[in-house]
Amino acid sequence: MIRKPISRRAALMGMGAVGLTFTMPKRGQAAGGKVNFYNWDTYIGETTLADFTAATGIEVQYDLYADNDELFAKLKNGNPGYDLIVPTNDYVERMIIADMLSPIDHAKIPNMKNIDKNFLNPAFDPGRKFSIPYMWGTIGIGYRKSKVSSVPDSWAALYTSDEYAGRIAMLSDGQNVFGMALKLMGKSLNDWTPENIKAAEEMVIAQKKNIVAFAPDNGQDLLLSGEVDVVMEWNGDILQVMEEDEDIGYVLPKEGGLLWEDALAIPKGGPNPEGAHELINFILEPEVGKSIAEFIYYASPNAAAKAIADPDYTGNPAIFPPEEAVGKSETFKFPGQDIVQAIDEAWTRVKAAG
Amino acid sequence: MESWRRATAAFAAFAGPTTLWLMVFFLVPLGIIWVYSFGENVSLTEIKTTWTWSNYARIFEPEIATLFWRTLWLSGIATVVCLIVGYPVALSIATAEAKWKPWLLLVIMLPFWTNLLIRTYAMLNILGAQGRLNDVIGWVWAAGDGLASLVGLDGLFGERFQPVTFLGTQLGVVIGLVYVQLPFAILPLYSSMERLDRSYLEASMDLGAGQFRTFFLVLVPLTSAGLVTAAIITFIPALGSFLTPDLLGRGQVDMIANVIERQFKKANDWPFGSALSLFLLYVTFIVLAVKAIIDMQAAKRRRS
Repeated sequence: MIRKPISRRAALMGMGAVGLTFTMPKRGQAAGGKVNFYNWDTYIGETTLADFTAATGIEVQYDLYADNDELFAKLKNGNPGYDLIVPTNDYVERMIIADMLSPIDHAKIPNMKNIDKNFLNPAFDPGRKFSIPYMWGTIGIGYRKSKVSSVPDSWAALYTSDEYAGRIAMLSDGQNVFGMALKLMGKSLNDWTPENIKAAEEMVIAQKKNIVAFAPDNGQDLLLSGEVDVVMEWNGDILQVMEEDEDIGYVLPKEGGLLWEDALAIPKGGPNPEGAHELINFILEPEVGKSIAEFIYYASPNAAAKAIADPDYTGNPAIFPPEEAVGKSETFKFPGQDIVQAIDEAWTRVKAAG
Repeated sequence: MESWRRATAAFAAFAGPTTLWLMVFFLVPLGIIWVYSFGENVSLTEIKTTWTWSNYARIFEPEIATLFWRTLWLSGIATVVCLIVGYPVALSIATAEAKWKPWLLLVIMLPFWTNLLIRTYAMLNILGAQGRLNDVIGWVWAAGDGLASLVGLDGLFGERFQPVTFLGTQLGVVIGLVYVQLPFAILPLYSSMERLDRSYLEASMDLGAGQFRTFFLVLVPLTSAGLVTAAIITFIPALGSFLTPDLLGRGQVDMIANVIERQFKKANDWPFGSALSLFLLYVTFIVLAVKAIIDMQAAKRRRS
């Protein structure tokens, strides 16, 4: 027997009560009034939004999410009122597939000319129909310089070696952990055949005794406090602790790591797409892009902003790693729901092991 | 007092909003989850209800069964520890001077005025390799080491102090669960002792049963209802623990709630997540049914 899917409204109501909390943005008025911007925490310049309001008269209602899954879960059953979101590339792809994004009108964003040409035609969104690059970065290895025999420039240090037993932390995300295992095996991190998933799973289970933590976004703190000496992390998180401790370094392994890109996108059903376009264009101003990038310290795809930015920022190898390692790195592609489930099952087996 | 049955308008006025609240925010969402649990993912955002049992069948796959078993085991241990630790605490509050009681109860309740997330982060600080608890253990170790070298047993406790690993271990998660659940164990125990007729204890002592026998043969049986309530009120919330295994277990000691969370987020598999949630709910029902049976038998014993 086949039933209709549950209505979006009903499901939303349900979620609110079972504990998946939904923060509903206040609905803004039509164009001009207010833009509801839903972004990651600490991911905008100090005065960017105030400057935007001063320049255009459009207010910004600013809400934060912690990860892509939270963003996706909130929009999955209908947009609760957001105008502008910042999903990571594989989620941009998912949202395009699921028809959750509005096409972006390039005519309204003249500042697109500032973007580095290499970012204008990515595989996950050919022609940039639905997304505008915001920041990019890598997943690599953060390490304590005084505690490693040499720079741990291979994933083997985390995945197969006993050298750092009891001093290793990894991300708490199955796709990332298995993906880097595939890189170590010399395979593409998008090559999710059952055999590859199995091999990655076995590699991680065998190493589990040497791993201290699958850290939910705080591996950098474990590194800073000295509880671990090598950690698989987002480059931006390691950069934060490098500021506090000169003994910490970051390397993109020679096998290559994950390349990611967060992109500005306009979800369908938002109250103020006009305002969202204006905000995107504002963010792409060279001066604005520079102030955001220098504050949050992620790599900007904005060539015009990079040209006028501080050399301390543009010359930092943890932000802009060596070309060769970047060349071997890849972005995740959305592998399809069945594979996502298969990866999660393998991940549950890792969690249940030992 | 006027019977509620005759004052239907008043009854509706009082019960109506609560019932509506319960319907809209509890039964309806629960129904949606129930329907989802028989569904299949047809696209990224669509779930088709096909009344399949496959989501429930997946619960019995070895890794899920392992995690369910671990959840029952850790919650069970935490419950036993809560009862053992909570019982003497409840007893000392119940036998304290009347003017002190509210203050002692306040001390038990005080941690609840702080958000669980903040308390869990505080536990991270206490249980870490360089945490407060290891400071204390290290201090005791140094004292013991000093004593040992005085009597010529240098290095009796090892060359140098090795911090104890709590985080990322089952021990750490159990400590966290006990910390969170302990007040729930103490309060029902306290109230059952508070209602207790002290003359039973005096009679037992007067008739020559020592402190030990009075405790185990008189006090414990008389407070058994409180013990059962305390056990249930500790065990059931522990089953659904999510934050404690996530932070104190460092992703190494996942419980079933961590798997459920992933289904609604990363795995984007709401039907399976729903089936798991409901299965957890059924386990809770079973626990409550066991309590009801115990209560019924106790009532039967009293009548006969």
